[in-house]
Amino acid sequence: MTNGSLQHSISSWFPIPEVEELADSKEQHEINEISEENIEPAIPINSSLLEFSQEASQFLNITVQPEQLYDLMRLLKTNDQTHFDYLFCLSGVDFGEELGVVYHLESTIHRHMLVVKVKTSDRENPMLDSVCDIWYTAEFHEREVFDFFGIKFKNHPNLKRLFLTEDWDGFPLRKDYEDTINMIVK
Amino acid sequence: MDSTTKNSNFKTEEYQINMGPQHPATHGVLNLLLTIDGEIIKKVEPDLGYIHRSIEKMCERDSYQQIVHLTDRMDYLSSNINNEAVCLAVENALELEVPERVKVIRTIIGELTRISSHCLWWGVMGMDVGALSTFFYGFRDREMINDIFEETCGARLTMNYNVPGGLMLDIHPNFVKRVKKFVAHFKTKIPEYDRLLTQNVIFQKRTKGVGILTKEDAISFGASGPVARASGYSCDVRKYHPYSALDKVSFKESLKTEGDTFARYQVRIMELWESLSIIEQLIDNIPEGEHRVKTNAVIKLPKGEFYQKVETARGELGVYIISKGTKNPYRLKFRSPGFSNLSLLNHIAVGGKIGDLVAIMATIDLVIPDIDR
Repeated sequence: MTNGSLQHSISSWFPIPEVEELADSKEQHEINEISEENIEPAIPINSSLLEFSQEASQFLNITVQPEQLYDLMRLLKTNDQTHFDYLFCLSGVDFGEELGVVYHLESTIHRHMLVVKVKTSDRENPMLDSVCDIWYTAEFHEREVFDFFGIKFKNHPNLKRLFLTEDWDGFPLRKDYEDTINMIVK
Repeated sequence: MDSTTKNSNFKTEEYQINMGPQHPATHGVLNLLLTIDGEIIKKVEPDLGYIHRSIEKMCERDSYQQIVHLTDRMDYLSSNINNEAVCLAVENALELEVPERVKVIRTIIGELTRISSHCLWWGVMGMDVGALSTFFYGFRDREMINDIFEETCGARLTMNYNVPGGLMLDIHPNFVKRVKKFVAHFKTKIPEYDRLLTQNVIFQKRTKGVGILTKEDAISFGASGPVARASGYSCDVRKYHPYSALDKVSFKESLKTEGDTFARYQVRIMELWESLSIIEQLIDNIPEGEHRVKTNAVIKLPKGEFYQKVETARGELGVYIISKGTKNPYRLKFRSPGFSNLSLLNHIAVGGKIGDLVAIMATIDLVIPDIDR
């Protein structure tokens, strides 16, 4: 599936009530524009809260709100049109103000790829939903993210440090990590 | 029937033992915390981090040319392919077209690296299940490849032969001759491997039906490389996302459907033949030309995100770069094949015996620095 039609089908799962009649008109790009630009906050799951972007990346990027993450991911995996069954990369990123996780997905049937990003501005106690019951591989990757970025994952079966010792202070891959023993001189 | 199983007064009890970090079968400093009931494995919990060097954090400090050198130290048996992954990511980001000569040489050396890695794997695989002699035969053939590498770039293992924009040096005048000699030599040796180990009855009994991984689980666990292909999951990056000169060669993806330890073994042996075939298709047609295009002394990637996949000897290596337009990456993530492949160990080893776990680990082909990064 091309990025355009991928975006179309994903936004069609979360209809925006106000513009539903527009969906009947066959102008596909028109719907996409609306789903990108309409920033009305309301209804919990709603495609206006999904941000699509293809700028400066070879994949289609979706930025999703933390509370929508799990539902979106489950749909991406189970829906026959998208069928993203292969989570090939899960990375924690410190975006400066926000902490986030980037999911790289691929479908082994359709062979299309997608990037899902989720960000949280809570640096003290960041909490996101775990996706490890959707993709088993997430269990290890989320532990790695917890270890280095301190992002906690709700419903993770075994969330503890993976590489570092239990008594390690701080989260080393954060940008504001203080490297007191100068292990990595900046 | 002995009396203990009949007598209900005697009960078995679960207990934990450490396998590693100095265990020879873990091929490095990996500690597995095993929960066992007698000989039966109930749970395998890997304890990682003994050699974690935080390469990802160091990359945020280094320039793109320097990062290439760090990647050698991840999966040191696929060092050239790791180097290539970073170089390809940087070249794609800069929209730099490298000469055909570079592409072909990269692919030939990449496949030689794969053969060398599989030779080592085959040697230690035999050794792990009790056939010591395979180690010597595997290392004998691997030595020929290392000698070629040494003549080409001066290093035998951590090659650093790739730079963003091409290759550090042109190939040695002897390169083509020696590679052809190796290919001819190795073609007579793979059947020898089969006679020595593959057809061995004891070996087959140790591996057939052990550690079965289904296709669905392989995909869900993010398995890649020979581990996934032995379960019937077609995932060869060289087929689906060809890079360098791999789109110009024809080769079969090695697939098996059994998903057991023996299937993983067979997939790697099949890959040896395919790699030889790729080398043969390219070795006579190395185009003339430059071995490198000039890049700026300070490489600055444009703002954005870049992802590059390659197929190492162990599976899919991903390089994910987030650039803010400066000379260092803002964030660089290596998606290493060993890390995902390790995560399925608990799933396929539970219910088996400790001896089976050794055979399973040998065919998952873990390289610990690749997991610990």
